[in-house]
Amino acid sequence: MLPLAFLGLFFAWPVLAIVSLGLREGGVVSALFSGETWELVGFTLGQALASTVVAVVAGLPVAFVLARCRLRGLGFVRAAVMVPFVLPTVVVGLAFRTFWPDGGVLPIVLANAFFNVAVVARTVGGLWAHTDRRAEDAARALGASRPRAFLSVVLPALAPAIGSAAAVVFLFCATSFGVVLVLGGSRYRTLETEIYLRTVELFDLSGAAALSLLQFAAVLAVLVLGALARRRRETALSLRGREELARRPSGGEWCVVAVAFGVVAALLTPVVGLVTRSLSTRDGWSFAGYAALASRGDRGTLAVTGIDAALNSVRTAFDATLVALVVGVFSAVVLVGLRRSGSRISEVLDTALMLPLGVSAVTVGFGYLVTMDALPGDFRTSPMLVPLAQALVVTPLIVRMVLPVLRAVDERLRQAAATLGASPWRVWREVDLPLAGRSLAAAAGFGYVVALGEFGATSFLARPDAPTLPVVIARLMSRPGELNSQMAYAACALLMVVTVGCVLLIERLRVPSSGEF
Amino acid sequence: MRRIFAVLAALALTGCSAGTSTAPQTHEVTLVTHDSFVVKEGLLDEFQKASGITVKQIASGDAGELTNKLVLTKANPIGDVAFGVDSTFASRALSEGVFAEYASPEASKGAQRYQVDSTGRLHAVDVGDVCLNIDPAKLGGVEPTSYEDLTDPKFKDKLVVENPATSSPGLAFLLGTIAKFGENGWQDYWTKLKANGVKVVSGWEEAYNQEFSATKGTRPIVVSYASSPSAEGGKTKAVLGTCYRQVEYAGVLSGAKNPEDAKKVLDFLLGEKFQAQVAEQMYVYPSREGVAQPESWAKDAPLPTNPQTLPADKVKDNREAWVEQWRKLVQG
Repeated sequence: MLPLAFLGLFFAWPVLAIVSLGLREGGVVSALFSGETWELVGFTLGQALASTVVAVVAGLPVAFVLARCRLRGLGFVRAAVMVPFVLPTVVVGLAFRTFWPDGGVLPIVLANAFFNVAVVARTVGGLWAHTDRRAEDAARALGASRPRAFLSVVLPALAPAIGSAAAVVFLFCATSFGVVLVLGGSRYRTLETEIYLRTVELFDLSGAAALSLLQFAAVLAVLVLGALARRRRETALSLRGREELARRPSGGEWCVVAVAFGVVAALLTPVVGLVTRSLSTRDGWSFAGYAALASRGDRGTLAVTGIDAALNSVRTAFDATLVALVVGVFSAVVLVGLRRSGSRISEVLDTALMLPLGVSAVTVGFGYLVTMDALPGDFRTSPMLVPLAQALVVTPLIVRMVLPVLRAVDERLRQAAATLGASPWRVWREVDLPLAGRSLAAAAGFGYVVALGEFGATSFLARPDAPTLPVVIARLMSRPGELNSQMAYAACALLMVVTVGCVLLIERLRVPSSGEF
Repeated sequence: MRRIFAVLAALALTGCSAGTSTAPQTHEVTLVTHDSFVVKEGLLDEFQKASGITVKQIASGDAGELTNKLVLTKANPIGDVAFGVDSTFASRALSEGVFAEYASPEASKGAQRYQVDSTGRLHAVDVGDVCLNIDPAKLGGVEPTSYEDLTDPKFKDKLVVENPATSSPGLAFLLGTIAKFGENGWQDYWTKLKANGVKVVSGWEEAYNQEFSATKGTRPIVVSYASSPSAEGGKTKAVLGTCYRQVEYAGVLSGAKNPEDAKKVLDFLLGEKFQAQVAEQMYVYPSREGVAQPESWAKDAPLPTNPQTLPADKVKDNREAWVEQWRKLVQG
């Protein structure tokens, strides 16, 4: 019940409160049936779908390399893939604008995919790294070509993870805000940007409520479709440790490796661009931006120094990840348990857990304003709200990354353990945890990075004396003066360094028993 | 949900009056501001020490977001005193009864010049006019001085503006053209701007940091603030004939838990020490008269003398329709 209580208190209640406030104002029906609204829905879903396809296609080769190849420097690739995820959308949007000065649909789709390749690479890679290679080898031995073996053996085994990743990416893209604003050439609008406009600028709560309901319905429809598609695919797989599965690539596999490195190179292009920008001024190269990180910005633009903001980011993300891990792992275990006992509720719960990703941060934020004062100590302005709101975004990701692996644990292993007298807790500790250990660590790392980069809810809730790095970057970007803009880019570089550092660190903190199988 | 019913019930019972103020136990005041609020290091500490008041600060988005949050929480406000509601949103805040009356002794020292309401609920703290900025080096001596100049073929493909639907300086610039050319003339003006190659982007960050030739881009004319040139060391100029007045206000919230100390914080915002540092810290002009300006401002960023203005009520009533018309006209 813990996950439900968490979701209910910090998601369902605020969202319902603000939407019903809008509904009571009337005018929702007319807003729902205007032609413009349906154009919005069409464009929102269309661009999200296209972005998801691009992200999955680009992410699969990377997942393959991370999971199956024994190559030098993979640790770096693993960390580098995560970098786009934390970059502020404004900064990435501006980087893409260098190539597409007028914006348009193509850069929107590519930028959305850019942010989300990591989701595919990590989620799919997590399962792939543990999938037994023997079935594939057998198929090859029986004369199947590499593509044939991939399509009929590997792909079906990976389907649950691909479905999970696609669902998450779709939700992220459907609610992407900064990218659409910056790259839309200010012409393209989505449900998300329109909800923001109606709520924040026009204070048209009924219009916003109508659009929120639509967003909700669209997201729900896609999630249900995704769940239906996943349903038949999930089977027990014999999971193995990555160490015994990874090999040096051979023959045609090198092509896939090349494609994967091409994707990574493409991901790093905007990154290199912004590092260059952090170093170049009108008068030549300079480290002024980096030096300024120890200050409060040009003439005190910020309430704290860049370094303080980075430390605050690291702390807040840690709290958020902790909350999300507890809620997420608990949810995943409950979901698997319900599923094993054949309960239908498992699917409903599964879908409900994903919803926070598909609902506008503005809706949740304004919802907090009208509900959280009922909690003890006027929770609306509590510093605790930031990590909790971040955890709301991180939890579904953790569930999605851990669930496919937990579900793939062979039931017979668990039954054997139980027959030999192990308690349910012991079964979980001795069977599920070792098998899922690596995914859990990966999920924690991923969740941490997501929390580090979270901007929507954080900017809404963070106190000025305790901003996170993304909030500080946005602040600096909105001020004139070359030093401020340089410091913003230097802060991005710092954010990337912190991200890579954290990912590498978490990669080392493997669950002790995960090396045993 | 229960909370909303409780609020509605409370509203019905009390007839939407101000909250009851029980005697505060501590001298804590929550100051709600827009995101751009910054105070010079040490100044707030000095005030807290001298007054015995602890100031807790909450930032709440831009002027629009701040106003809407205040309206939404007016029955149980998130703070005691608010700063950052601007001239565009002032009427909404006033008509919703967000602010309480308070005749500040500091309000007559210059702030009254920008008065938006005669009952003393909102007090002008600073002025931050929106003007075209130009890059004289790139323009090579041929500089625009008025709105009309921008339709001249000399300045074809030179101007970048922000979308008024998504950007507050963008909206201010549109309002400026409406004030200048009248409610029936601005559409014609924008048609000409469009024909002359105006570029529209969604926010100030893109316009100024990416498109403006003085920073990274190629266009030498951009919609920004009268104060922006002060940050560019004399490399840019504001076109003082193209400014729209934006005033930022502060007031004591009507449901304040600690209204007495909130008034003292408001006095502090209007007082000499705070006013003397708003230019350096927030790139705005003090509302108070006789406050010394940083030297470079007099040269690079003087306060516009004859900016365009529109009555707050008119902006409130027409804003959405104007932006919609603009969208159809310029982007349709």
